[in-house]
Amino acid sequence: MDSKRKEVLVLEDILGSNKKIASSIRQKLLEHQILAVNLLSSPGSGKTSLLEKIGQKLQEKYRVGVIEGDVETERDAERIRKIGLPAWQITTHGACHLEAKMLARIFDQIPADLDFLFIENVGNLVCPASFDLGESLRFVLLSVPEGDDKPKKYPEAFITSQVFVLTKCDLLPYLPFDRERVVKEALEINPRLSVFQTSAVTGEGMAELCAFLESELEKRRVKNA
Amino acid sequence: MHEMSIVADLFTIIEEQARKSGATRVTKVKVLIGELSGVVPELFRSAFHSYKKGTIADKARLEIKVTKIKFKCHGCGKEITAKNIMDESFSYACPFCGSKDMELISGRDLYLEKLEIETS
Repeated sequence: MDSKRKEVLVLEDILGSNKKIASSIRQKLLEHQILAVNLLSSPGSGKTSLLEKIGQKLQEKYRVGVIEGDVETERDAERIRKIGLPAWQITTHGACHLEAKMLARIFDQIPADLDFLFIENVGNLVCPASFDLGESLRFVLLSVPEGDDKPKKYPEAFITSQVFVLTKCDLLPYLPFDRERVVKEALEINPRLSVFQTSAVTGEGMAELCAFLESELEKRRVKNA
Repeated sequence: MHEMSIVADLFTIIEEQARKSGATRVTKVKVLIGELSGVVPELFRSAFHSYKKGTIADKARLEIKVTKIKFKCHGCGKEITAKNIMDESFSYACPFCGSKDMELISGRDLYLEKLEIETS
């Protein structure tokens, strides 16, 4: 039998299936008026500590839930449950990022009456940036001990985020870290970033961050009313 | 290293396209990788060649075209192709009007552009 060779034009988005699932998650969140935040950072930047602080504050007025993404263990979800918030752990067993399909698998467990849903991605400043999870806002966190040269070294995380949270600011007096430089670099890459400087130890910046989240929630609810 | 999970999604598309076109074998795969997609072409290539074993594309060559980062300037409306955003000298400012209000419009894409297939 003669075989014939030919070219087939496809032009299909390789991440299309992730984007499709992400947009159906986004649609559901919109229907339930839930503001979802995807948090990106390297391991140990203080994502869980930040969530403990703002979760505690927001739960006085709002219903808050947290999805924890980690390679292994329930440790982060347990920390969140300790402060009285519902938490769902996704363990990726080796994968370096969360994908929309992983969220979709547990999405039925998320109560429809939440106001805020925080999604703590796997600690990694590179890979999670490529995967839309259907979030309303993306936060990129950078902690003071990591160094002030990071935004331009990891541009995708900063370009795709709407909020930049500098964490562990209580360590600024002890480390050679140029706070102005890091903010300037981040804004050069992405001038639309909202910037917050925080410390989970002293509580610096937490009230401002919560006020921002509240205003984002209200803004969206007015728009969709 | 998230290239392997992206390659797995790529093969889902390849196998579906091959079935639709009645292919008996896929001989070439051409992908477009945005410079700012977060995908490293060399890692993508090794993930592709280890994943292809036992699939309809197990003898396929992989062609990668890296697509440029493009910004739209909100100051003057022009489109700017960035040579290398990772370069220290890249200023993140519009070369035409100096505005720093630039929005990324391409460079994050990952596309399967075309396949070369054999049919019986």
